[in-house]
Amino acid sequence: MKHWEVVIGIETHVQLSTASKIFSGSSTAFGAAPNLQANAVDIALPGVLPVLNKAAVECAIRFGLAVGGEVAAKSIFARKNYFYPDLPKGYQISQYELPVVRGGGLPIQFGENEKLISLTRAHLEEDAGKSLHEGLGPTAQGRSGIDLNRAGTPLLEIVSEPDMRSAVEAVAYARALHALVRWIGICDGNMQEGSFRCDANVSVRPAGEVRLGTRREIKNLNSFRFLQQAIDYEVQWQIATIEDGGSIEQATVLFDPASGETRAMRSKEDAHDYRYFPDPDLLPLIIDRQWVEQVRAGLPELPAARRERLIADCGLSAYDARVLTASLDLANYYEATVVAAGRKNAKICANWVMVDLAARLNREDREIGQSPVSATQLGGLIARIADGTISTSMARKVFDELCNSGHSSSADEIIARQGLQQISDDSALTALIDDLLAANPGMVAEFRSGKEKAFNALVGQVMKATRGQANPQRVSELLRRKLG
Amino acid sequence: MAPSRGCGGKNFYDTLYGSPVYHLSDFVTMSLTLDQVHRIAHLARIEVDETEARSTLGQLNEIFGLIETMQAIDTQGVAPMAHAQDLAQRLRPDCVTENDQLAWRSAFQAIAPEAEAGLYLVPRVIE
Amino acid sequence: MIEHSLADIAQALASRRISSVELTALYLDRIGRLDPQLNAFITVDRERSLAQARAADERLARGDTQPLTGIPIAHKDIFCAKDWRTTCGSKMLDNFVSPYDATVISRFQQAGAVLLGKTNMDEFAMGSSTETSFHGPTANPWALDRVPGGSSGGSAAAVAARLAPAATGTDTGGSIRQPAALCNLSGMKPTYGVVSRYGMIAFASSLDQAGPLARSAADCALLLNCMAGFDERDSTSLDRPREDFARELTAAAGGRPLAGLRIGLPEQFFGEGCSPDVMQLIEAAIAEYRQLGAETVPLSLPNMGLSVAAYYVIAPAEASSNLARFDGVRYGYRAPAYDDLTDMYCKTRAQGFGAEVKRRILIGTYVLSHGYYDAYYLQAQRIRRLIADDFAEAFRQCDVVLGPTSPSTAFRLGEKAADPVQMYLSDIYTIAVNLAGLPAMSIPCGFAGGLPAGLQLIGNYFTEARLLDIAHRYQQVTDWHRQCPAGHA
Repeated sequence: MKHWEVVIGIETHVQLSTASKIFSGSSTAFGAAPNLQANAVDIALPGVLPVLNKAAVECAIRFGLAVGGEVAAKSIFARKNYFYPDLPKGYQISQYELPVVRGGGLPIQFGENEKLISLTRAHLEEDAGKSLHEGLGPTAQGRSGIDLNRAGTPLLEIVSEPDMRSAVEAVAYARALHALVRWIGICDGNMQEGSFRCDANVSVRPAGEVRLGTRREIKNLNSFRFLQQAIDYEVQWQIATIEDGGSIEQATVLFDPASGETRAMRSKEDAHDYRYFPDPDLLPLIIDRQWVEQVRAGLPELPAARRERLIADCGLSAYDARVLTASLDLANYYEATVVAAGRKNAKICANWVMVDLAARLNREDREIGQSPVSATQLGGLIARIADGTISTSMARKVFDELCNSGHSSSADEIIARQGLQQISDDSALTALIDDLLAANPGMVAEFRSGKEKAFNALVGQVMKATRGQANPQRVSELLRRKLG
Repeated sequence: MAPSRGCGGKNFYDTLYGSPVYHLSDFVTMSLTLDQVHRIAHLARIEVDETEARSTLGQLNEIFGLIETMQAIDTQGVAPMAHAQDLAQRLRPDCVTENDQLAWRSAFQAIAPEAEAGLYLVPRVIE
Repeated sequence: MIEHSLADIAQALASRRISSVELTALYLDRIGRLDPQLNAFITVDRERSLAQARAADERLARGDTQPLTGIPIAHKDIFCAKDWRTTCGSKMLDNFVSPYDATVISRFQQAGAVLLGKTNMDEFAMGSSTETSFHGPTANPWALDRVPGGSSGGSAAAVAARLAPAATGTDTGGSIRQPAALCNLSGMKPTYGVVSRYGMIAFASSLDQAGPLARSAADCALLLNCMAGFDERDSTSLDRPREDFARELTAAAGGRPLAGLRIGLPEQFFGEGCSPDVMQLIEAAIAEYRQLGAETVPLSLPNMGLSVAAYYVIAPAEASSNLARFDGVRYGYRAPAYDDLTDMYCKTRAQGFGAEVKRRILIGTYVLSHGYYDAYYLQAQRIRRLIADDFAEAFRQCDVVLGPTSPSTAFRLGEKAADPVQMYLSDIYTIAVNLAGLPAMSIPCGFAGGLPAGLQLIGNYFTEARLLDIAHRYQQVTDWHRQCPAGHA
């Protein structure tokens, strides 16, 4: 059997987080009743005209800077002409020859591997409306309903080079891109609501072949799992087709999550003649250096730089740094925790955020932004662990208390209120140990006869007598000295 | 597209401006085929029957004869002019300007061929 | 009253010698009596117009007046007017009642002008004779068997027949100037971007510009004062300081008021393409201008001969895309019977558009389609640049370019209807101006065989006030523009 190489390029439609649409003053909020966010411009009444939203352009500039692409000093809006009921003007305003961003790249990680995916371009365009086929009234049999609320929502279409060689790499790319657009605040990343949608261009070729195989484009994949499944299916279908003596025809296909299969779309019959031309209603978009620099100054530190800094300043492992920079909110939370706990405790902070807090968030299905415990609270708690005020097991109790306190108390308050301070005072501990040894001569004898287990049992007795508050390390030391 | 010469024997600019400017017979013009008429009519979503297509073909070829006079001009190095004014696109602040959307939707859908429950209705869309 | 200038009417209204209701009723009565033979109006709504007139009278009584308060104005049916049927001369929009006002319409409303009715036009402004209208052709008041020109033929016929004191039009390739010439009116296409296109149904977005059609340059200035101005809803609207376009019209007649004015006469306007009787009138007008002190400068616009070709690529290309929204989904006509979605589109558009509109959509679709874009569309835009450069060069040698507006007087109804190319060539003298985006006027300059001819004045960008003054000076010493067609006094 021949060895096949898979080639994947991805086009991503990212809905930009603007309040109003790209060419009209309608709201972009998700979930309104049909056509309540479709004004005269959005429904393309005769005579209406587009005016470009500044915030959408700014999002594009942010992205261009974040991926190290070239932000075009001059870019042009073009009309992409085709008929579809959710496209009210009969054309989509997009960019064709001169996009707002060119080039750039995005580093991805999969398993132990890293790779830089090159980007071809990113351009601004408007989203289409939605066609609804289900849930229409009894008089709407055999009809589709058109909702234009989404029509005109600003999109940044990000086009990668065909640099990916497996579904795993494709998913890693999509995840990295998803994290980045949220990190730089241009997209809410809500995939269920369609804020982040991928089209995967997939082809296969015999290993060693230089020319690309014929590609098929899988449209509108709105989850990482579907992206993976769709590409896996498509790849095996293409290989099987070729090995059976068939050939691949260029096509646009849809993925059906129910069957796990891809199938060609019927509605794209003249997809190859969009008759692009510069939109005469819009003038060239001019972005001067000053604006670019202004946007650059407002960009957060980017994920890669942030990771480097966490490794250098906080002594984190590369793995921890990657986990803690999965989102800007998480990275900010972590660093705020470190500030509260003290830099020397950065590693303990990482463990708490990645393990205890992550588990809690996971259980409650919350984002870091909705954490029940603030970074300051958590940092305060970690500081008390580090200075020996409380034991780690006590700290878990305090953590739970903090989570339930609704951000109102500090770790110190809870520790004081409930008397959870660790007992490290030698005179108090020595008195306890003396009582214990007197009361348990049997165990003392066992220890003396060489049974180490008896020693642990004795420590356990002290901890039990202090309801866990005794400093176990100090107890061991004092006990050994007594039994010594 | 089959190359053909001239354009129905007419020489527009001779008659219009007196002095000969360009002779259409000096360069090759193209003519459309019936298939192309059908193809562009479909792209434009305009139904044409065979008779219409034939008469349209004749008219379009005559019009393209007129248009083809452009092809004789050397425009190398000339920047295409898309707009009358050499200006930059004005940018709108990101503000939601709409209110009273329910009333607007009613007004918009009062003139719709078919609407129900706030949706425009069309024959079922097949993807 | 029907021969009064807009300024005189305004004075009569302000001094309460006549009310807006009386004035509006007078014109509505004339429309009722005379329009059946002209077909200049598509929609007249007596009650709605009179209601506006009453509101204007209240404003006049309060002294809250602007120059056009209370004056009835007819609007080309290409402007969306809230709650008015706005058909654009097409079956496609025959049932379209606009839910909003075009900027031009709002500006007239704010000025207190009365909307007298919506005028006939070539379907989607595609034509030079008003014969492609779904509502039937408009007749020329000067000869009822002749066309009024187009596409703003309804507006031109209405003003010429004194069915309206003044009207609006739009000009993509000559659609204000050519009907002005054929109906003995003054009409102006301003610099592209001076008047907002918002709410004006688009034909060719990079060429379309609205302007006034009136009986004199002075009237045009008053209309333009109302129409012009920055509009944030139109990205191509020019953000310039407000301007009084009538500011240069105040000087008294007499002497050599145009001394020092250099009038450019391009050889391309004076070839054999123009009918000799029209050319004679143009020559006489040039002599008149010399009397007024102007000097003439021979010059050349070497690429003007290519303007029709470039125009018939650019305009249909833009139109093919602009008219894609007429799909029977959200408003307008929908075919009564169809098989599926694609069939609904194809039948709706086949039945809703007339022959000329379909022809231009097909041309536009073709020139934009894959493989032909560079040869046609890009080449046309390059030629557009050459034409604009020709004018730039011309305006280094002169202040205003002069020539005929139309190569002939009004042609007979049906004469060119079957020959698109001949029809397209009616606009040979006007199209280059739209490609360059320049302001231009047509003013009456005499009669040939009882039919009016128009003199075209083309200015450099933003010289509307100067152009109006140059036209006004001519009208101070001639009375061609005061002539009224027989039976319409």
